[in-house]
Amino acid sequence: MSQRKHDKFILEMKDLIKSLMTFCKFRIFILNNEISIFIQDKDIPKTLMFFKDNPSFNMHTLVDFTAVDYPNEEKRFLLIYNLLSVSKNFRIKIKSWVGVDKPVSSVTEIFPCANWYEREAWDLFGIRFIGHPDLRRILTDYDFVGHPLRKDFPLTGFTQVKFDDELGKVISEPVKLEQEYRNFDNLSPWEGMSKILPGDEKSEKLDD
Amino acid sequence: MKNPRNLMTKIENYSLNFGPQHPAAHGVLRLVLELDGEIVERADPHIGLLHRGTEKLIENKTYVQALPYFDRLDYVSPMCQEHAYALAIEKLLQIDVPKRGQYIRVLFAEITRILNHILNITTFALDVGAMTPFLWLFEDREILMEFYERVSGSRLHSAYFRPGGVHRDIPTGLSDDIEDFCKKFTSHIDDTEKLIEKNRIFRQRSVGIGKISADDALEWGFSGPCIRASGLNWDLRKKQPYDCYNEMDFKVPTGTTGDCFERFLVRVEEMRQSVSIIRQCLKNIPDGPSISNDPRVVPPKREIMKESMESLINHFKLFTEGFHVPAGETYTAVEAPKGEFGVLLISDGTNKPYRCKIRAPGFPFLQATEFLSKGHMLSDLVAIIGSLDIVFGEIDR
Repeated sequence: MSQRKHDKFILEMKDLIKSLMTFCKFRIFILNNEISIFIQDKDIPKTLMFFKDNPSFNMHTLVDFTAVDYPNEEKRFLLIYNLLSVSKNFRIKIKSWVGVDKPVSSVTEIFPCANWYEREAWDLFGIRFIGHPDLRRILTDYDFVGHPLRKDFPLTGFTQVKFDDELGKVISEPVKLEQEYRNFDNLSPWEGMSKILPGDEKSEKLDD
Repeated sequence: MKNPRNLMTKIENYSLNFGPQHPAAHGVLRLVLELDGEIVERADPHIGLLHRGTEKLIENKTYVQALPYFDRLDYVSPMCQEHAYALAIEKLLQIDVPKRGQYIRVLFAEITRILNHILNITTFALDVGAMTPFLWLFEDREILMEFYERVSGSRLHSAYFRPGGVHRDIPTGLSDDIEDFCKKFTSHIDDTEKLIEKNRIFRQRSVGIGKISADDALEWGFSGPCIRASGLNWDLRKKQPYDCYNEMDFKVPTGTTGDCFERFLVRVEEMRQSVSIIRQCLKNIPDGPSISNDPRVVPPKREIMKESMESLINHFKLFTEGFHVPAGETYTAVEAPKGEFGVLLISDGTNKPYRCKIRAPGFPFLQATEFLSKGHMLSDLVAIIGSLDIVFGEIDR
């Protein structure tokens, strides 16, 4: 498909979605030739079911599901469902904002492959899903605490594990770094620089 | 005397831990199995033993520093994953890749496909009892990795595809050697196929095992050779072509039943098609630059830096601060050897990605293990895992 034809196809699809999606409020955008639909979190299962079953879309595959953390927003997480229609050769992203303590309805009944994606979202972001058959951690360790992909979780983490010779087992202890994590602030040194240079706080400590 | 019926009730299902250290688990897979005799009743894969937090690390690195992490995801097909990441950045920055750069990328993406399929086919055969293909084809794999080394300096973690093109042009003489390899390799594929395709043991272990219909495969999020084996003609190289795949002439092999045997056959045929794409690339590769000349992302040449102060500053800025990507988001997918490898890249206008979600093809495959193996024997489970082409680097991320 040539580029121009593809652009036209995307616009047609946008109009089609606008005319057919009458059961809930939504906003629709095209960015980089990709369609995104913003909906409210209570409409997620309904909308996914609609796109899966409607013969004009036939989106039988949930390619990917993930969340993005925006700590400063009122509703903290942006959920992104990435759907693919093989017969129409076309993708859409369905997005929804959810707050930190608000559980979301699971879509495992609609897409069986959502099971692990939702477990991953629970593990890495701490988003709970209602109706999920088996919401366990998936990627992190068995007794892991915290949700590592949240922006307030430090890159180095809180604990480290080691094998303890005396106890004869693996134990976890507070993280201890040989060298401090070096985070360079490279963002525009001309405009963004403050009067305090990185490392200044160390010299003050020496004076005391 | 005891009633035999009472004896029967005493037999219970028992749980078995398969892995994490098991040669047929293809890495660190821990499967908790519930067996009824030798029949698999329930299979619960425990993953995450190779979790390195790649997505978190990428959020803390600049765009170019994050690129080598993609080699380390699926470590048997590194360049295809760099390809997805490079394409995503190019989409956000709206830069074009020169034709020669595109041809080199496609050439090496196909070399990567052969690398991956060699590993999968031969270890699958090894899992079900055939040792010879492994010994035969790994010699060719070594030659392919030499090509990697000649072009990028390292055999596995190449970091060769960059936003805007490839790191440097292919060295002189490499095209002739790849051409020579193609000549010899075709007959090696034939030999291997002849050896196992009609082999009675191989067929008994794989025909009719782990069947999945096209509809189920779609619902479980399958892609790549696994969905083509179920009879669906779906290949991103054809359907949503990227770089110069639309100029290539190749066929997409599909199966009918979607069992382990057909997944194997599809991969064998894909290797032949890859050889044909490599030949077309070598024949039609145009002259010109291999990387775009956009100073926003591509560092200046060393010779120019010696004379021009501005280029020196540009070079310094690119390697300390990195480049800034305008705010936006994209989901870019490529047809990696295992299936659809996608990168959801969200940028907030700074020099680091705000969020980079990696969609690994193996993740849904492994999730469907229980669906595929229910009711099969324990030994069939090994064949199913082998035929799905699972690598833990990408699943655990």
